[in-house]
Amino acid sequence: MTDTPFILDRGESLWRQRISQFFAKPSAYVSFGLLVLLLLIAIFAPMVAPQNPYDLAQLDIMDGRLPPGSKSMDGKIFWLGTDEQGRDMLSAILYGLRISLFVGVVSTFFACIIGASIGVFAAYKGGKVESFVMRLVDLQLSFPAILIALVLLAAFGRGVDKVIVALIIVQWAYYARTVRGNALVERNRDYMEAARCLALPRSRILFSHLLPNCLPPLIVVATVQVAHAIALEATLSFLGVGVPVTEPSLGMLIKNGYDYLMSGKYWISTWPGLALVLAIVVINLVGDRLRDVLNPRLAQ
Amino acid sequence: MTALIEIESVSKRFVKRVDLAGKIANMLGAHNREQIVRAVDDVTLTIRQGEVLGLVGESGCGKSTLGRMVAGIMQTSAGRILYEGRAREDGVASTQVADALAVQMIFQDPMASLNPRMRIEDIIGEAPVVHGLVDAAGKRDYVAGMMQKVGLDPSVMGRFPHQFSGGQRARIGIARALAVKPKVLVCDEAVAALDVSIQAQVLNLFMDLRAEMKLTYLFVSHDLSVIRHIADRVAVMYLGRIVETADTDALFEAPAHPYTRALLDEVPRIDMRKKRFAVLKGEVPSPLNPPSGCHFHPRCPRMEDICKTGRPPLLAVGPGHEAACLFPQTGGALPEPMSQ
Amino acid sequence: MSAPILSIHDLKVEFGTRQGVVKAVDGVSLNVYRGEVLGLVGESGSGKSVTGLSILGLIDPPGRIASGSIKLEGTELIGLPEDELRRLRGERMAMIFQDPMTTLNPVLRIDTQMIETIRAHENVSERAARSRAEEALKRVGIPSPAERLLTYPHQLSGGMRQRVAIAIALLMSPALLVADEPTTALDVTIQSQIIAEVQQLCSETGTALIWITHDLAVVAGLADRIAVMYAGRIVEEGDVDPVLDHPRHPYTYGLLGSAPSNNRRGEKLAQIPGMTPSLANLPSGCAFAPRCAFAQGDCSTAPPTLTHDGSRAWRCFHPVPDREDVR
Repeated sequence: MTDTPFILDRGESLWRQRISQFFAKPSAYVSFGLLVLLLLIAIFAPMVAPQNPYDLAQLDIMDGRLPPGSKSMDGKIFWLGTDEQGRDMLSAILYGLRISLFVGVVSTFFACIIGASIGVFAAYKGGKVESFVMRLVDLQLSFPAILIALVLLAAFGRGVDKVIVALIIVQWAYYARTVRGNALVERNRDYMEAARCLALPRSRILFSHLLPNCLPPLIVVATVQVAHAIALEATLSFLGVGVPVTEPSLGMLIKNGYDYLMSGKYWISTWPGLALVLAIVVINLVGDRLRDVLNPRLAQ
Repeated sequence: MTALIEIESVSKRFVKRVDLAGKIANMLGAHNREQIVRAVDDVTLTIRQGEVLGLVGESGCGKSTLGRMVAGIMQTSAGRILYEGRAREDGVASTQVADALAVQMIFQDPMASLNPRMRIEDIIGEAPVVHGLVDAAGKRDYVAGMMQKVGLDPSVMGRFPHQFSGGQRARIGIARALAVKPKVLVCDEAVAALDVSIQAQVLNLFMDLRAEMKLTYLFVSHDLSVIRHIADRVAVMYLGRIVETADTDALFEAPAHPYTRALLDEVPRIDMRKKRFAVLKGEVPSPLNPPSGCHFHPRCPRMEDICKTGRPPLLAVGPGHEAACLFPQTGGALPEPMSQ
Repeated sequence: MSAPILSIHDLKVEFGTRQGVVKAVDGVSLNVYRGEVLGLVGESGSGKSVTGLSILGLIDPPGRIASGSIKLEGTELIGLPEDELRRLRGERMAMIFQDPMTTLNPVLRIDTQMIETIRAHENVSERAARSRAEEALKRVGIPSPAERLLTYPHQLSGGMRQRVAIAIALLMSPALLVADEPTTALDVTIQSQIIAEVQQLCSETGTALIWITHDLAVVAGLADRIAVMYAGRIVEEGDVDPVLDHPRHPYTYGLLGSAPSNNRRGEKLAQIPGMTPSLANLPSGCAFAPRCAFAQGDCSTAPPTLTHDGSRAWRCFHPVPDREDVR
């Protein structure tokens, strides 16, 4: 029995509390705002970008390799310069951001669902089933993600959907392990015993009782993993496997400009690189803040 | 009174096996052995219809484990628990479910026993709907009825557990158990975590419910004054074994087993001032390595050599009064009986 | 009567929460004398633990000591610089908690922790410190103290750990020991032993003891004086016998009345209705009035002041009439 002052929160749901805690630190506004901005850009890229860089009809090779600030043949300003095909870098980055974020978010989402389900199931079953699944997880996690992804993509070929599938296969194990750890703790809690005492069906206990309580750490992990997935995809594209040339992600753009770095045309690689870094940093910041807020130490 | 629950030679062993690493170490000369904890060691007990049976003991005595087995949350390692003469494993699925619902548990920690992500309405109403006791349409009214029965305002059923005080959470736990229309309630230290003034309210609630709904209770507690007040009969446990059972008055006025006597001596009482505390030396031994023969012999003032060999059986020392001791104290009251 | 070892005057401790400022302790005054045992009794939210922590200067933000004075052997503690406070802690005053692992470092051996404590305050050799540590363990009733010194906290049972915590607290023979529910989590038989040991030690060394608990029975057997707290204030205080036999404040009366041992077996317990008010939302006037069987109109208008009667005091406009005993 503790003697802390007792205060009843009238009518405040858990979510609202968490949200106000999240924004208690001023820097949270900045990082969250930037994240929203990035997401909006990604969604509305076609409308925001000055040019559709993949519409060959709009390109003029005479505009190629122009430095930032130069004018095009028909008077538009290329704010960030152009690449060797005459594509406006700004537009390319906006489109590239779109692909990068899309791949990152979608692959994380599905990897999370699949991994979490497997993790919770294994923890609930216990015994041999759990051991088997966890050894599988350990096996997969002992290989570098890049290696597995390279092998998979060598087999699948190029394409955005194939990249997503490869990333899902690479990432599910991490969620399974995280969730299983949490589920191990939760399954022995009194409310789980109460659910068993009430003779509730097993599947119900698993998905209505156990899983929702294993979610908080998962949310934090998933958020940061999006950044990781984006970085992974960028690496794969840089290496030439992954997204096709027609739908370049930021990694692909960096690759395209790589050859020109040494000849002084830095803008073709650098701007996409900075955009990538910005996206990853912003997502990490939001994830860190989420982790602080969802810390179980703040038991209310 | 008919026996409602029969606990027949029930034991519960927790085994910590030697894992692969330990086995390898053994081959190299280490002496890792399997560790067995006999949390409950061959206990036979009857809970009669309509009674409140108090189960007392200190930590490690196995009372919580026994309570969980009676409630069906934990499997027995040996022995059977019969409800209305039926074992849980026998019978068809529908009877099994009905029997499972008939024995419900009230937990010690009101916060931990409520799912933090569920609204009160669902916490109380989920099981009745799942088991067909009420249909989805009638759930709200049903839950409201339950909440009123335990003294809660039904308008708060949309809130979450963390928005309530300890006493209110305890009531929610009781409402949840009552919602499936049980016949037996196993209360596992149900009031231990509550403030004294709330404790009185909840105990009164238990007594009201017992009369109103004709319930039977297995009341597990370490608090002897609570047990004395609410129980009809008491069973005392020590290191997994029952050492004494008796009607409440008989137990508190003329305890036969030396452990019970010592326990009653040690309990602080409001009417005893400036007490010279303690005379029972030593600590409860580790359940991993209990003393041979009678578990209590190392601390017993009446120990003889024979006490070290063989487990003393429960012998009658009076009508309805048994003690597992070869040298029980018969007759004679404690120096200062608790006030009435 | 000699000067008190501890003198608290009008202590106010506040916590800043999202709901506003919460007054965890709202004007508490008490004196504790040499060799005396004071039982500080209350339920959760009463402010008893916060009072204990304030004495030792262990209140962390968002809590702060808003006003008042705490004097230990004449030295004012509030506002004392941290290194001065640290010197006094351990030497002149000490605290033990409900969970002994609050005191004990799980990664250090017992001897390391005890010897460190001794040598932090005194300039003695390690050997001398070790033998003092061993002596201290023996005094709290730990068998084979020399071997116990070489163990880690997790190798000891709960009762043993608490004994070690007590031994460490009493190493420097402080003038004041504050114990915050130290035996609540322990078995009855262990509780009994530990209370006996603390009782004996304090009478040997003349240490004043403040025993914070919710358990009236423990206070009855152990304490010389009792102070009952409710919603951050002391509502009744006095010598143990008169307060427990003839309580004047309705809350004390209600607490004693609701104890199972003070009720007839099988009958409903005399209960206090309602619950402790939220500290962020205290009623005006007497905090206990909404639940009080003796309350009248004036109780909710102004907070009652202390009424004194010899060495007793209570904070109530309409105390329990004299002839109404608890039993």
